[in-house]
Amino acid sequence: MLRVTTPLHDDVIGKLRAGDEVTIGGLVYTARDQAHRKLVEALKRGEELPFNLEGQVIYYAGPAPVKPGRVIGSAGPTTSSRMDAFTPLLLARGLKGMIGKGRRSEEVKEAIKKHKAVYFATVGGAGAFLSKFVKRSKVIAYEDLGPEAVFELEVEDFPVAVAIDALGNDIYEETIRKWERPAKDKGRRTRGEE
Amino acid sequence: MREISIREVTQVVKRLCIEANYSLREDVLSALREALRVEESLMGRKVLEWLVENARIAREEGIPICQDCGMVTVLLQLGQGVRIVGGGLRGAIDRGVREGHREGYLRKSVIEDPCFSRRNTGDNTPAIIYTEVVPGDGLKVTVVPKGAGSDNSSALKMLNPTDGASGVKTLVLETVKKAGANSCPPLVIGVGVGGSFDNVGLLSKKALLRPLDVANPDARIAQLEREILEEVNDLGIGPAGFGGRVTALSVSIETSPTHMASLPVAVNLGCHALRSAEAAL
Repeated sequence: MLRVTTPLHDDVIGKLRAGDEVTIGGLVYTARDQAHRKLVEALKRGEELPFNLEGQVIYYAGPAPVKPGRVIGSAGPTTSSRMDAFTPLLLARGLKGMIGKGRRSEEVKEAIKKHKAVYFATVGGAGAFLSKFVKRSKVIAYEDLGPEAVFELEVEDFPVAVAIDALGNDIYEETIRKWERPAKDKGRRTRGEE
Repeated sequence: MREISIREVTQVVKRLCIEANYSLREDVLSALREALRVEESLMGRKVLEWLVENARIAREEGIPICQDCGMVTVLLQLGQGVRIVGGGLRGAIDRGVREGHREGYLRKSVIEDPCFSRRNTGDNTPAIIYTEVVPGDGLKVTVVPKGAGSDNSSALKMLNPTDGASGVKTLVLETVKKAGANSCPPLVIGVGVGGSFDNVGLLSKKALLRPLDVANPDARIAQLEREILEEVNDLGIGPAGFGGRVTALSVSIETSPTHMASLPVAVNLGCHALRSAEAAL
């Protein structure tokens, strides 16, 4: 099990390979659809962002409200591909890591290779479990977006797998191929029809 | 006529919203434990262990299983002998959703205007309500909070009547493959077959409410359910999409008579955090 700490540096990223299990410590920033749109619009207008992208990790998540006495509500990953259109620009501006679930577009994969970044995946639907690895949480931007606001999270031993590494290897293609069983006889009629 | 006050409806909807989000259905939890017995991939096993642990934390600590507490669908079976008193039924249900999501610290995910402002309504209302009028003097309320990850990867297609059962199977396999990790496998797959364009979707959602260990009473459909499950699990997607043997926990198919020229099929993917709760008034 590898441990990485944010912000991420090239030497660490270079060691990560798709399929590696990794734990993350340090600060990560949540952002999903509307926050991504706003971040990219701000960059295009030449404005400063609510957090410095350099070496940082964005977590595609919109946590549930915080119950009194807790640090954060349930906080699992959302589907990453919805952010694909915005990701290459953020990577070009210094973003080094993303945490989410599911496949990314070819454009994102190319940008990950080009900028030597990494895409981590974690377990969707395990929001109660994952909330245990968040030690501190605060909203730092776009509070009006509610659950879609940008939260700064301090995480410890946050469990992820490397989904796309800086060489472009992709867990969703390689690992799954290992487990796929060829269709026995595709297009066969079901027994009910016989 | 038996009278049921809207206050009772509000209370029950509120309670069911919280219960469904905090307590994973027993049949789903049992299926996850069973999956641990058959999963061969190490990473897949680890994910399944986390999911069982996730359900325990949610239930014991009173927090939602998943941060996506869904848009709430409420299915009503309203007895013909019941009169709802004290106000409007729609308002009573939405009030229950509002109070449940506020007091249960559930995420509010509903936005009011899909194309333009996409402004959050702030209280997770409105609910989607289906009312079926049935004999008797009871009211059965089923609350189904469904997340977007699995709903977004669902599919509806009007097949050719001659595509038959193999056409249904092909659509399910295509849908699951395309969804990959997005719909949070291991999945519960609800399939509606027949009816019309609009109601086959509801049929597929109702299929998700059938207990996972119960097969369709029609032996031919039950056979099709088993075959589809086997072929889905041959895809290798595995828990969380990290590769493995268990891509789905179960396949439930519900059928309905349809037009001779039609074969509507809806595939509603349910994530491993499949939630629902019901009560009878």
